[in-house]
Amino acid sequence: MNTPVPVATSKPWITGAEPPFIRISKVTKRFGDFYAVDDVSLDIYKGELFCLLGGSGCGKSTLLRMLAGFETPTEGRIEIDGQDMAGKAPYERPTNMMFQSYALFPHMTVEKNVAYGLYRDGMKKAEAMEKVAEMLRLVQLTPFASRKPHQLSGGQRQRVALARSLVKRPKLLLLDEPLGALDKKLREETQFELIKIQESLGVTFIVVTHDQEEAMTLASRIGVMNAGQIVQVGEPPEIYEHPNSRFVADFIGSVNMFEGRVTEDEPDYIRLGVADLGGSIYVGHGVSCVLDQQLWYAVRPEKIRISRTRPDKTENVFRAVVDEIAYMGNISIHRLKLPTGRLLSATKANLTRHDDEAITWGDEVWVTWDDTAGAVLTR
Amino acid sequence: MRRNVWLPAFVILGFVFLYAPILSLIVFSFNESKLVTVWGGFSTKWYGELLRNPQILSAAWISLKVAVTSATLATVLGTLAAFVLTRFGPFKGRALLTGMSAAPLVMPDVITGLSLLLLFVAMEQLIGWPAGRGMTTIIIAHTTFCMAYVTVVAQSRFASLDESLEEAAMDLGARPARVFFDVTVPVIAPALVAGWLLSFTLSLDDLVVASFVTGPGASTLPMVIFSKVRLGVSPDINALATIIIAIVAVGVGIATWQMRRGARKNGG
Repeated sequence: MNTPVPVATSKPWITGAEPPFIRISKVTKRFGDFYAVDDVSLDIYKGELFCLLGGSGCGKSTLLRMLAGFETPTEGRIEIDGQDMAGKAPYERPTNMMFQSYALFPHMTVEKNVAYGLYRDGMKKAEAMEKVAEMLRLVQLTPFASRKPHQLSGGQRQRVALARSLVKRPKLLLLDEPLGALDKKLREETQFELIKIQESLGVTFIVVTHDQEEAMTLASRIGVMNAGQIVQVGEPPEIYEHPNSRFVADFIGSVNMFEGRVTEDEPDYIRLGVADLGGSIYVGHGVSCVLDQQLWYAVRPEKIRISRTRPDKTENVFRAVVDEIAYMGNISIHRLKLPTGRLLSATKANLTRHDDEAITWGDEVWVTWDDTAGAVLTR
Repeated sequence: MRRNVWLPAFVILGFVFLYAPILSLIVFSFNESKLVTVWGGFSTKWYGELLRNPQILSAAWISLKVAVTSATLATVLGTLAAFVLTRFGPFKGRALLTGMSAAPLVMPDVITGLSLLLLFVAMEQLIGWPAGRGMTTIIIAHTTFCMAYVTVVAQSRFASLDESLEEAAMDLGARPARVFFDVTVPVIAPALVAGWLLSFTLSLDDLVVASFVTGPGASTLPMVIFSKVRLGVSPDINALATIIIAIVAVGVGIATWQMRRGARKNGG
């Protein structure tokens, strides 16, 4: 399968121009018989904003806590900037962490919260206050310096937590669900702020999140985790358009998944017989497989086109009836019923404010997608 | 909905049952008459009488010293016990420590007092300390049972404390001891103040345990009151009791307020 890979010199994970900054090799964490993290190896490069994405209990937080030093790996080795982290306590590591609960000290003012780490390094008061002021300017909290945490809004607390974890200029900043407690609108604004701050300081970020949209927006690369293992690592478009497994395809965004068997296997195309469709899917590129092998085909709803008139092509064309329409404003999600009873979802951008010709409930329509629109999955 | 007429009635009955004796005591402390049960007009002379009684004043001073010292010791020890019980996970002897630190709560005072007396006597014979019984032994005894109350109060606070606060401090470069004094103690401070005040009032109130473990020359206020009452109630005791009630009420009031404040801060 040929995967088009974007070429860019600023991407060390492609060029190999510099050694990885963080090296996680064969790390396992067991709690009794339970494998929270299972043989994970991962290289992260300097200046990256790396997202660990997965559902709850997939081990992403445990991996983060091992980097911070709150948990010790049962097996394996963690290196940060060439230094082995084994046996190093959290207060000896060049990392800082931003906690999901923010963990602001309730009895200290914003200023003292941010300065706490600097004082622990033995910094003089005048110098520390200068750094704190600079940091508070960066997160736009200067007027709130003498407030206590409980006098701040959720968004302000989040920024204090960020300032406190960044003021020591750690080599690596670990963020545990940094935007999880914010409402949707604030989250969207804060995402971009976070990226801006990360770029201006050049600190390497590792973000743990269960929110795939958040990961897509923030990340230079995403590592998708499931059951303690890393399933796929890649840049957001790669993860979305070229998932390597049914789990990733299903976890990121929504997808129509078909199970099929190879009926034709040629160098430049393959054909899959799919019982659910009552027909076959034509895949316009070669796939390394054998005849009659079981494969899965994943196609995203936005790649599917629906029309009242028959499309001018022969492959990947099916009839369907509109079963349900969910109007989302910017797009509408159509749930389509195939003659076999299988449901299919397709999205349509609402390009005009009003459309008399719009497809509606109960309409008989044609469904089609390009022969390169879907991903062929072997597992 | 129809208002339930019985509810206020029961509330009033409850309050009368609880506070009528105390109220009558306070009223009679302002009695002019020397006869305790006969009202002879308003006067504050028994309060004045009280201040001229050296026996009562010295007993009050001893009680105060005992209460402050044992409350302080109990707060320190109780906090440490609670810290160990909530943070050290399962360890050998954990169940025993839990049981022993809660035992004084349910143990009758007579048994606590008697067992401590036996211990002090045995210790004196074996290692020569504590030499005789007096204020020191009362302080040790009071610390023992007050510590149980502090442990309970502090334990629930430790359990509800967000551990990521301590992790954050450690992550920012603080060693464990530093974390304890910079973050843990200030955050649980309201519970510690409450525990201290509770211990203080418990120590001030105690008669039974103190009677067992005391020696010559160390009579606490409750002991003096009790011995005076046995010879017949005099009106100045009413005045003294009123003062003690006032002190205890203020102490309990502050303790409750502190605990509520702690809970609110924790919740918000």
